[in-house]
Amino acid sequence: MSARRIFARPARFAAIAPYVWMVLFFLVPFGFVLKISLSQTAIAQPPYEPVFDLTAGWAAIRAAFAALGIDNFRLLVSDDLYVFAYLRSLTVAVMSTALLVLIGYPIAYGMARLPRRWHAVAMVLVIVPFWTSFLIRIYAWINILQHDGLLNQILMALHLVSQPAVWLSTDAAMYIGIVYSYLPFMILPLYATLAKMEPALEEAAGDLGAPPWQVFWLVTFPLSLPGVGAGVLLCFIPIVGEFVIPDLLAGSNSLMIGQTLWLEFFTNKDWPVASAAAIVLLLVLLVPLLLYERLQKRQLEQGR
Amino acid sequence: MAGQLPGTDIAAEMAGVNAHPAAGQPLLRIEGVAKTFGTFRAVDGVSLDIRAGEFFALLGPSGCGKTTLLRMLAGFEAPDEGRLLLGGTDIAQALPHERPINMMFQNYALFPHLSVRDNIAFGLKRARLAREEIATRVAEMVALVKLEGLEQRKPDQLSGGQRQRVALARALARRPQLLLLDEPLAALDKKLRESTQGELMELQRRLGMTFIVVTHDQEEAMTMASRIGVMNAGKLVQVATPRELYEAPRSRWIAQFVGDINLFDGELTQRDGDRLVIATGGAGTLIAAAAREPAGGTRLSVAVRPEKIRLSRRGTESEHAAPINRLDGVVADVCYLGGTTTYKVRLDAGGMVQASLANSARRDADAYGPGQPVVAAFAPDDCVVLER
Repeated sequence: MSARRIFARPARFAAIAPYVWMVLFFLVPFGFVLKISLSQTAIAQPPYEPVFDLTAGWAAIRAAFAALGIDNFRLLVSDDLYVFAYLRSLTVAVMSTALLVLIGYPIAYGMARLPRRWHAVAMVLVIVPFWTSFLIRIYAWINILQHDGLLNQILMALHLVSQPAVWLSTDAAMYIGIVYSYLPFMILPLYATLAKMEPALEEAAGDLGAPPWQVFWLVTFPLSLPGVGAGVLLCFIPIVGEFVIPDLLAGSNSLMIGQTLWLEFFTNKDWPVASAAAIVLLLVLLVPLLLYERLQKRQLEQGR
Repeated sequence: MAGQLPGTDIAAEMAGVNAHPAAGQPLLRIEGVAKTFGTFRAVDGVSLDIRAGEFFALLGPSGCGKTTLLRMLAGFEAPDEGRLLLGGTDIAQALPHERPINMMFQNYALFPHLSVRDNIAFGLKRARLAREEIATRVAEMVALVKLEGLEQRKPDQLSGGQRQRVALARALARRPQLLLLDEPLAALDKKLRESTQGELMELQRRLGMTFIVVTHDQEEAMTMASRIGVMNAGKLVQVATPRELYEAPRSRWIAQFVGDINLFDGELTQRDGDRLVIATGGAGTLIAAAAREPAGGTRLSVAVRPEKIRLSRRGTESEHAAPINRLDGVVADVCYLGGTTTYKVRLDAGGMVQASLANSARRDADAYGPGQPVVAAFAPDDCVVLER
């Protein structure tokens, strides 16, 4: 009789835990940021006003609420700087994600088609870069890409260029850095879907007269779309807000929104504008998330 | 699938496809085919002719190489040795999509992202048929396997039986010269399996197509196939009609694999025409008729099917006039199976014998309970003599 009762409580806790996590570490901080984004900048500690003081009484809190406004959001839309930063972030994210799919898919496909005993090895090889600090790896790229770096030495040795090319502080360097850093996040979900795909499906397509390229386009690729979706989301969303890689590898003439945020927070000490920029970024990123969720729900419904 | 075929006479049309190999020539000739995986010889020198219009079963335990042989026919594996001649052309190295052969996969391998209609049309689109032609053929196939009204469903919205029908329709749609079926009924429950067996046979007969079915289920093979090839450890050990296979197995292994059998190991002591006198350990001296001269050696086994053994109470057995084998024993175990009852009899000579009696032929219901002294009798002609 008691098996159910014994398991009931931990199970209920396990179901609640993610919500507790979400409230504590997402909703509450989001509330703070939202509040700051509606405040005005001030030369004070903290550098904005109004400040809610629960001990100051009801009237003071009401006054603080009245002092909130959407001026910062107006600034974001009216100033080219922010609009361009958003556009550049989205462009970089779209381009990088496309590159990641193009590079990650063949790798994941190759991994999934390896003999079983090599799967674990391939997996470790993909994950192993994570064992080194991300920053160190980006600095390593700076080393490789600099004027007398490894890349230029190789290109010169192969007589592909006669003079060292400029890599650092270019978009090319930034794309190299982003693709390199995010590749595992694209490969792993793709590999997971491709590896669990029933091999008989591809055989059946061949048996029914499809040459290999048609087998891929008509069966393998459509069936791997959930993996593509997961990989795209895992890469696209953080790349939009990426700060370190463009800061270290790209030039400084056009900034991504993450860099703009950093500038506002730490250089201009304008927390309210930075917070507003962060809120808008979140809203922008919600769109692809919701689209993906909708797609998944539809697939699940079809599945039944 | 039983009943009338749809309007256009695809049965005749399909039979026509198979008419092209020259008369007398087999549709498919498998010649000394072998396949090794690492050090494991999965298929070991198999030669076999399949005639057009045949329903052939490859039967064997798991790991015997039957599936590997089938996969070589489909083109998923290339044989290391030997030739596969389809209508006289060697197809051993042809890719799957280049072969006029289709396969129904064990777990059906239906494309989960495509509807029933698109699954069936898949092969037709690859053959670049005209749109109207594809629509017509899909409709024919849907009618043939009775899936009307389910064309828009996805595979996971179908029952197991319906999925099996989609798989069959998809494999038949291209009108292959040869249809391979890999354990076609294994995923169905018993009742559905039996009715589907009948439908497959009916369909094969009506379309006049050549079917090769792989199965580990000897009853399934016996019921459906016109000929059975038994495989063991990569070798084809016997090719025969179901009746021959059951009545005249070529080896002890086959005798035990196909149906139940009593085996008495012994030494040949005397030969009298086609009668062999064999001294066995567990059943005393037996007299057996040898349809086939055992090749050399005196170490033989006498094999008797349980239903060939007659049981009678001790003392009442004198009614049998023919010179037969009589073994005294005591009933040890009774197993009632509905249509038949199986008795295990412990012989006085030490061995065990199993006798199976049809319940319709049984005179008094509780004639032989455990402990009943009985005589187990069988004629020399009911024995199969096998080398050990």
